Amino acid sequence: MSMISVRTRDGELHSFEGRVGTSLMENIRSAGFDELLAMCGGCLSCATCHLYVEELPRTASLATPSIDESELLEGSDYRQENSRLSCQIPFDETLSGIVVRIAPEE
Amino acid sequence: MTRENHNRFFDCVIVGGGHGGSQTAAALRQSGFTGRIALIGAEPEVPYDRPSLSKEYLAGKKSFERMHLRPEDFWTSRQVELMLGRRVTTVDAAAHVVVTDLGERFSYGKLVWAAGGEPRRLSCPGSELAGICYIRSKADCDALVEVLPGAERIVIVGGGYVGLEAAAVFREIGKDVILVEALDRVLARVAGEPVSRFYEAEHRAHGVDIRLNCGVRSLEGSNGRVRNVVLATGEKISADIVVVGIGIIPSAGPLIEAGAEGSNGVDVDEFCRTSLPDIYCIGDCARLRHGPGIRIESVQNATDQATTAAKAICGDLKPYDATPWFWSNQYDLRMQTVGLNYGFDSVVTRGNPASRSFSVVYLKDGAVLALDCVNASRDYVQGRKLVDSSARIDRDALADTSKQLKELSPEAL
Ligand SMILES: Cc1cc2nc3c(=O)[nH]c(=O)nc-3n(C[C@H](O)[C@H](O)[C@H](O)COP(=O)(O)OP(=O)(O)OC[C@H]3O[C@@H](n4cnc5c(N)ncnc54)[C@H](O)[C@@H]3O)c2cc1C
Ligand code: FES
Repeated sequence: MSMISVRTRDGELHSFEGRVGTSLMENIRSAGFDELLAMCGGCLSCATCHLYVEELPRTASLATPSIDESELLEGSDYRQENSRLSCQIPFDETLSGIVVRIAPEE
Repeated sequence: MTRENHNRFFDCVIVGGGHGGSQTAAALRQSGFTGRIALIGAEPEVPYDRPSLSKEYLAGKKSFERMHLRPEDFWTSRQVELMLGRRVTTVDAAAHVVVTDLGERFSYGKLVWAAGGEPRRLSCPGSELAGICYIRSKADCDALVEVLPGAERIVIVGGGYVGLEAAAVFREIGKDVILVEALDRVLARVAGEPVSRFYEAEHRAHGVDIRLNCGVRSLEGSNGRVRNVVLATGEKISADIVVVGIGIIPSAGPLIEAGAEGSNGVDVDEFCRTSLPDIYCIGDCARLRHGPGIRIESVQNATDQATTAAKAICGDLKPYDATPWFWSNQYDLRMQTVGLNYGFDSVVTRGNPASRSFSVVYLKDGAVLALDCVNASRDYVQGRKLVDSSARIDRDALADTSKQLKELSPEAL
């Protein structure tokens, strides 16, 4: 089981089983969350897949964001320490249990 | 009103299941719309991400399944009735009825027209030959991918984004590529000269034979398949496939016939309302009467106009004022555009194109209108603020890459 938990903008937490081998963004989109626009389809051009990583499984780690990802996030009014673009996070078993929150609409 | 048959009445009928249409349905539900919604789309597929067609999908790097804009069951869970594989052919605006090519009649409370566009076809002699491909829909792209393995030499007609993105993909899989452009530079309609020259140089360095100022006179074939492209100069180039990317024609026919104002697309106001009662139009086929009076062909525009129309339908009138943005990926180059350069009178190049990371800033009367940023996400992000505020910044300061754009104070003149 590879679980992903997503907190929507209204604060509700939803959990579902993720699919390994695609991005976190694609997982969230496939699960039907319409708050995550992901307008550029995951090619690191839009920053509309912005979320906060609230909890990571203890043994997991995320690669640091690329320069392009950091620069795109820089443009958000809602950037936080734990901000990420979800299309840039490959989802695998080690991330099972991750909790993320969808960032406010720009 | 034709409400006798309740099943055939929808509080909102959306025509077109692309970026704009699907977002309209989603945004209606997000805004609390509880009425019946029908999404009528000519393509058989559930709404998908179109830009990937000329990029990862053409390159075989992304499966179609990963391009669905929403999972299939999203539509059922949101009570949106997906009616795919049929085309609306007639709109009766007075009766509030649409008719499809399958002969169905649906009456509507509100109608949102999000029909996008059809690729502009070649019209010269020989343009009916087999082996001439377009890239607008999944079906177009699949037809192209099917003939690709047997093709060594590909001629691309048109140096716009779609043609250039396809050229990049074809070079990456080792095809011979000749790109023919009628104007004196590629991207002439959308970008300034430094951007055009940069992309020409990149494509040439990757082995694309770019021919500028070069029209196509005719196509010659054998056994019904294209074999040669005859240029206006009389020169003949052989081709196994011809890929055409010369823009789109907005799919507005039935609305215009129904009496909607517009010619190249349907005219809409700042709430995406057409001149017809209860009919909205969004995306590639909508022409904003306000501002420069142009159509904007981008995912951002289709998506944001969808939200504007959905909100207006729910009684929340918020004028459309999103800052336009666009992207294009070719080879390892990421281009991001913010703002519309329409009507610019000067440009400043920021950074050195030879370093493959630079931006072009478009100005009108000294105010920043738009930026094209190539491998320069920082400029894209920071430039947005300059566009939003129509900042006036000294040209030398704009060109000085030792300072970030956000450090530049407006009115620095
Ligand atoms: C190959 C390609 C690459 C692109 N790359 C980019 C990019 O990198 N970045 C970017 O921002 N934009 C890009 N675009 C543009 C972007 O895809 C469009 O601007 C966007 O899809 C417009 O959305 P839309 O809803 O107006 O139209 P579409 O997404 O085209 O949807 C319209 C739908 O309506 C259907 N339809 C038409 N007539 C009828 C009818 N009478 N009845 C029922 N259905 C009908 C069509 O079949 C289609 O499915 C690209 C476009 C193409 C073709
Ligand atoms: S989906 Fe556009 S940056 Fe992630």
